Amino acid sequence: MAFAAFADTSEKKAQEPVKKSRVAIALLLPGIAYLTLFFLAPLVSLVLTSFMAPDPNSVDMGTYVYAFQWQNYVDTISANWMFYVRSFAFAITATVLALVISYPIAYFIGVYARKWPAIQAFALILVIAPFFISFLLRTLAWKQILGDDGWVVSTLKAVSILPPDGHLTGTAFSVIFGLTYNFIPFMVLPIYASLERLDIRLIEAGRDLYASPSTTFWKVTLPLSMPGVVAGTLLTFIPASGDFVNASQQFLGGPSSQMVGNQISSNFLKILDYPTASVLSVVLMAIIMVIVSVYVRRTGTEDLV
Amino acid sequence: MAGQVLSDTGTELRLESIRKEYPGFVAVDNIDLTIPAGEFFALLGPSGCGKTTTLRMIAGLDDPTSGRILLGGEDITHTKAYKRPVNTVFQSYALFPHLTILENVAFGLRRRKVADAKAQAIAALELVQLAHVADRRPAQLSGGQQQRVALARAIVNRPALLLLDEPLGALDLKLRRQMQMELKKIQADVGLTFVHVTHDQEEAMTMADTVAVMNQGLIEQMGAPEAMYDLPRTAFVADFLGQSNIFRGQASSANASTIQVELGGSSVRIPVARAAKSSGDVSVGVRPEKMSIHVGKVPASANRNVLSGGRVFDVDFTGVSSQFSVDFGALGNVVVFEQNLNALPSVNIGDEVSVSWEIDRGFGLLDHRPEVVASDESEQ
Repeated sequence: MAFAAFADTSEKKAQEPVKKSRVAIALLLPGIAYLTLFFLAPLVSLVLTSFMAPDPNSVDMGTYVYAFQWQNYVDTISANWMFYVRSFAFAITATVLALVISYPIAYFIGVYARKWPAIQAFALILVIAPFFISFLLRTLAWKQILGDDGWVVSTLKAVSILPPDGHLTGTAFSVIFGLTYNFIPFMVLPIYASLERLDIRLIEAGRDLYASPSTTFWKVTLPLSMPGVVAGTLLTFIPASGDFVNASQQFLGGPSSQMVGNQISSNFLKILDYPTASVLSVVLMAIIMVIVSVYVRRTGTEDLV
Repeated sequence: MAGQVLSDTGTELRLESIRKEYPGFVAVDNIDLTIPAGEFFALLGPSGCGKTTTLRMIAGLDDPTSGRILLGGEDITHTKAYKRPVNTVFQSYALFPHLTILENVAFGLRRRKVADAKAQAIAALELVQLAHVADRRPAQLSGGQQQRVALARAIVNRPALLLLDEPLGALDLKLRRQMQMELKKIQADVGLTFVHVTHDQEEAMTMADTVAVMNQGLIEQMGAPEAMYDLPRTAFVADFLGQSNIFRGQASSANASTIQVELGGSSVRIPVARAAKSSGDVSVGVRPEKMSIHVGKVPASANRNVLSGGRVFDVDFTGVSSQFSVDFGALGNVVVFEQNLNALPSVNIGDEVSVSWEIDRGFGLLDHRPEVVASDESEQ
């Protein structure tokens, strides 16, 4: 009898977790199915495509067969490395500029304007408002403003900052400008979210402990807002390095300011060179992952969250 | 030992008609105050009395509307907070959550580029017995430990003046008592001038050498806690610092040593030396523990005041003592504390009693209890 009692309880105990894990699996299933279907499968397909070789039996463009052609990587990287360099240079510059512009905005909304909630709400709306218009339209609008017959160029020419035959559109300047502009809200909002929780009394404690306003900023305010800064820079840097709209010649870019995104898009859509486009994508993804993981580890944000 | 390392002589602080106005009200109303070097000084008052504003002006976190702040004779009224040799233990502790305990304590030393910042910070942590948590973050410590870190972070800088803004407010009673003793001991060890802001009268009395009672932006009275408890000058101080029975009456006659005050049907005497006012309307105060309670009537004697015809309506037995609440009709209610020398309280609810006190224990106040308080009492 005693044994039976033992057996009984142990069975019950064993059953419960199984039941729970079944519920958990049932709840996770849609997510797992979604990720498998829309992330894992395309990723596998992308990697497989990157090793494809031209179909020897066909003369049509864009026909390839599965192969294991490592040479694709060597060829593509040696032909396109400068696009990577340019993409990351543009993306890093735009991220730094967006950070420098956004931090004061976020500080104003999250700390300075605390006493006036109406101003705080209004400023937040101003940051978010551009989202109500498609970013394609906004970028096209900048093409108009920065265009050769726009007032910006004519003013700059009048004061001799720009030479008489100078342009803004099609240059690295306008591409970085567009990237910075388009990603500012993604930078402002996370920094605002962490500054909004900043305890003013800590700033007072800094002042009390012999830290000048600038030292208090570097030693107290900035470290405490690092989670927001890291989130904002990632939300800017990752999409900016793969961006192909701002650098597109139809928007703010020119032949000399093409980014990897533009190369991927033209290989895929225009010359139908799927293996090259896939290699470009896989390598871009790998480099971003390396940069991001080093960055997150360096900033040590895991402590702060 | 650590106390030796950190010890220093404090500096005298002087406030000269310091005033702080906010739109619509005056937080601090022309306060003049001198705090001698090395003293443990308490600013005591209810919330909103201006004590924290005064402290923030001394720290440099708020600018006074007018007046001067002098530290050791030097005018620091317009000196920036980070340039003042003054440190604060904040009510919320305000420890930096992103720094270790050691770095929190070393923060001020590092800003002033002190060479052996780490060693001094460890010495300060030893003083508050927390050297073993130096590598932890503030969030990993208990409230009492955080409070001690905040104290170490301030005293490690050997400020001319240490400001304490209700630093014990968030602690539970037992821990608060323990920290009061530790703070007092540390102050004696390091010899700094401490200015302690609190609304807890018991805390102010146990810890401070001098207490200033603040009310509505003004200092009502200032002095050693024992002296002020014994002889409060205003009704506010008599009520805020301990408990008082206050009777309002008219001064009728006086001789060289006492003033006679008529209270409705009875009359009592107060010493001239203990009366803030000797004519017209006078409020007479007596501490509840200075009174005796007697069943029935007692004859008047030369050195005691007697009030008769009261009826006991409440007896609170608290172990060591009993508190009797007696209704004296038009005179209001009187509270008497008596030590429980016998097994049971000597007086029961409903008894008709007299109360008496030594003439020398009474005091005459400068003003009267506000009317609101009086009407509250008649409702009981």
